[in-house]
Amino acid sequence: MTTRFENLTFRFRGAPSAALDGVSGQIAAGRVTGLVGPDGAGKTTLIRLLDGLLLAESGRIEVCGLDPRRDSRRLRERVGYMPQRFGLYEDLTVIENLRLYADLRDLPTAERRATFDRLLGFTDLARFASRRAGALSGGMKQKLGLACALLRRPRLLLLDEPSVGVDPVSRRELWRMVGDLLDDGIAVLWSTAYLDEAERCDDVILLNAGRVLFVGPPATATREIAGRSIQVRHITGNRRDLLDKALRRPEVIDGVIQGDSVRLVLAEGVAAPDAADLGGGTKARVESVPPRFEDAFMARLGGVHKSALPARAAAAPTVGNTEAVVEARDLTKRFGQFTATDRVNFTIRSGEVFGLLGPNGAGKSTTFRMMCGLLRPTSGMARVAGRDLLEAPGAARRRIGYMAQKFSLYGDLSVRRNLDFFAGVYGLSGRRRRDAQAEMIETFELTPHLDRKAGDLPLGFKQRLALSCAVMHRPSVLFLDEPTSGVDPQTRREFWAHINARVAAGVTVMVTTHFMEEAEYCDRILLVHRGRAIAVGTPDDLKARARGADRPDPTLEDAFLDLVAAETAAAA
Amino acid sequence: MNAARWRRIGGLIRKESIQILRDPSSLLIAGVLPLVLLVLFGFGVSLDANRLPIGLALEDTGAQGQRLARVFAASRFFDVRVDHDRRHFEDDLAAGHLKGIVVVARGFEARLARGDPASVQVITDGTEANTARFVENYARGAWQVWRDQRAIDAGDARPVPVALEPRFWFNPELQSRNYLVPGSIAVIMTLIGTLLTALVVAREWERGTMEALLSTPVGTVDLLAGKLVPYFGLGMAAMAMATLLATQVFGVPLRGSVGWLIVATAVFLVAALAMGLLISTLARNQFQAAQIAVISAFLPAFLLSGFVFEIDAMPPVIQAITHIVPARYFVACLQTLFLVGDIPAVLLPNLAVLTGFAGGLVVLVGLKTRQRLEG
Repeated sequence: MTTRFENLTFRFRGAPSAALDGVSGQIAAGRVTGLVGPDGAGKTTLIRLLDGLLLAESGRIEVCGLDPRRDSRRLRERVGYMPQRFGLYEDLTVIENLRLYADLRDLPTAERRATFDRLLGFTDLARFASRRAGALSGGMKQKLGLACALLRRPRLLLLDEPSVGVDPVSRRELWRMVGDLLDDGIAVLWSTAYLDEAERCDDVILLNAGRVLFVGPPATATREIAGRSIQVRHITGNRRDLLDKALRRPEVIDGVIQGDSVRLVLAEGVAAPDAADLGGGTKARVESVPPRFEDAFMARLGGVHKSALPARAAAAPTVGNTEAVVEARDLTKRFGQFTATDRVNFTIRSGEVFGLLGPNGAGKSTTFRMMCGLLRPTSGMARVAGRDLLEAPGAARRRIGYMAQKFSLYGDLSVRRNLDFFAGVYGLSGRRRRDAQAEMIETFELTPHLDRKAGDLPLGFKQRLALSCAVMHRPSVLFLDEPTSGVDPQTRREFWAHINARVAAGVTVMVTTHFMEEAEYCDRILLVHRGRAIAVGTPDDLKARARGADRPDPTLEDAFLDLVAAETAAAA
Repeated sequence: MNAARWRRIGGLIRKESIQILRDPSSLLIAGVLPLVLLVLFGFGVSLDANRLPIGLALEDTGAQGQRLARVFAASRFFDVRVDHDRRHFEDDLAAGHLKGIVVVARGFEARLARGDPASVQVITDGTEANTARFVENYARGAWQVWRDQRAIDAGDARPVPVALEPRFWFNPELQSRNYLVPGSIAVIMTLIGTLLTALVVAREWERGTMEALLSTPVGTVDLLAGKLVPYFGLGMAAMAMATLLATQVFGVPLRGSVGWLIVATAVFLVAALAMGLLISTLARNQFQAAQIAVISAFLPAFLLSGFVFEIDAMPPVIQAITHIVPARYFVACLQTLFLVGDIPAVLLPNLAVLTGFAGGLVVLVGLKTRQRLEG
């Protein structure tokens, strides 16, 4: 019952490049194989080839001992597949969905009762059996999707990004359930864009741009770069400047901000730089840390594109500048009976990067939209750059730059026309317009792409263009809505380098994210749960709250889970 | 067919039926839309001319002109305003307040007295061609009445040697509702059959449920049957409702038998459903599906089926195109069944063509429906 594939190649009709290019690997029984890579890497395409929903152009493929091309019917009896968005019928109840898939998969009537009981117990959905799938939370939908895929005890379970759109609490539960399945000898393929999930897998197939970068246990990948991951701690200066300086050094190939510290990956065989040389101040220390899978991924990709690092203006003085640029007081939004945001208070100081975190449906987007003037609060005050969003929405909005989660530029227009359009929207004309556009083109190095359609740009340039359109009118506050979800780590670092450069120039940033990696870039984080602000503090503050004897070095995700769990317990 | 297949088809039909009952949008298309369309065509749209406002310009004040004015005023087709100068009506005609002007020119009486040809001028608004023709014909009728009366007055009691006595069969009062309502039922069936199925399949692609279905052992036949059967039932139910409404509320006669009506509807519905499924093999989102369905099925059913616009009055090229519009044959069947009766000579050829469409489309859908996502 082996599943293996060799040299698989697949190209979508009319696509310029192959979605999968010579991909090989195998999925072993009783193990979780992680299919890891950013959006567009080819993960879904590979899963569809394994399930016989697409046919490979070339290469050999064997799934549970069968050929998907010739034996698709028998193959589907042995494979359970949970597509993205789980494949549920929202108008049907939990039990009706199970019954439908039982009919489709020909589960004998005699076995049904026992199977449904087993799966409803396993997923803890028995209480919700007669609730419509559309009324379930993201986490419960995901469990029901899993139950539907498990009806006939498959030999191979294919899970396509099961953790997308699911908060960390549900994500952890899903891992537990999948772990239980392995004892029956099921082979599990788990695809994900979250690199931190790779470390929980027994084996990893790492995909990037349709090619395999790594196959094997994740520890093998991290072992290869042992000793090259360091953290600069106890920084007294500006850690964004330190990161920028470090990335420009030849011995550093990768770097990210982790709360108060900066994490760096060194090139092979070089000594760690001195913390003081990097501008960390006298107390700063360089410490060796265990490598993560993401470090290994970056090392295999060749590290950060140094040529893409933006030029930086001298850092604006931030010390002692405590002026509140963004302020929310008792901010409340009700939709009918439902209170999405309930008396939320916070202030953001000038030049600060402020993060808004929370599980799905916690009210984070509602709060965010009220702050950038897209949604009118039911009560309370929202103030941006000294202007009240209720009283002077126009004046306040002119001081705001907004970058939406999805690519929100005109894909059929050229880069130049997009810049023209947004200059017009912000009312820039004449010299101011020419100067602003020239500055954007220079800062974001758009010159070689000016006449290309925005939709055809590589992802990194799309993001740069979106950012340049959001900051062209020199806003004092920049709002970013999940700016890098699903983006590959190289592009994400490039994007944050640009953000940090804007911050250095005095811009204040408010960002929402699901992504713990991105939350680490923030100076302070506000955690929202069920419409209420439950915690605020620096990433390290929040992590410190989750520290205990059994967990000396908690992650931000641990802190997040602890705080949400404590709040839920307090409410109950 | 084995037990597993029956079970799969049964499961799909059950699922689809639950969705129809719970999803307001399907019921809206299948239940409310027919109501709206029927009411619109039953009450709102009328191609009949009742009490057309016209201006009568009596530029000649003689007794014969007065008499003609009385004939016009007595006509149940006209609402007459009298003046002595045609120029006073011109603006109202241009503005559409009047549908025509009848002019009795100066010297009318004198010419009659001399025995010279005396003419009455009828001016109509050519932008509303249909109404203009009504005005012209009814004015001619009024003129005829005036002439007959004049002949009787003159002591000439002989009837006119040749008289035209028109009889309108099947729809004696020439009520447009009687043929518009059956025609609009054909349009409703097209909507339910084509638009609804195309939309619900596209919705499965959009929501990712189609991919989940394809990853189970379902086959093409199962998928098609799972869609055809429930929507066939829904279409027949809508037809029953529409027929009741037509006969009971709008007073449209049903002169044919219910059996024929069921057969004709069933055949047409299969063709319309297959058309919807064919569209769904091309469209992967509801917007696309709706666009294709409206352009390829709804508009042709509306414009080219002969339901409002008579096919015989179309240019030959368009007439040729109407032959590939299934609704055309269904409209012919419905108008015959409602207004005339069971006329095999009309029904059989139309049904034969419809059966051909239904069979051909079903086969085409079977060939085109893919069990993979691409290629």
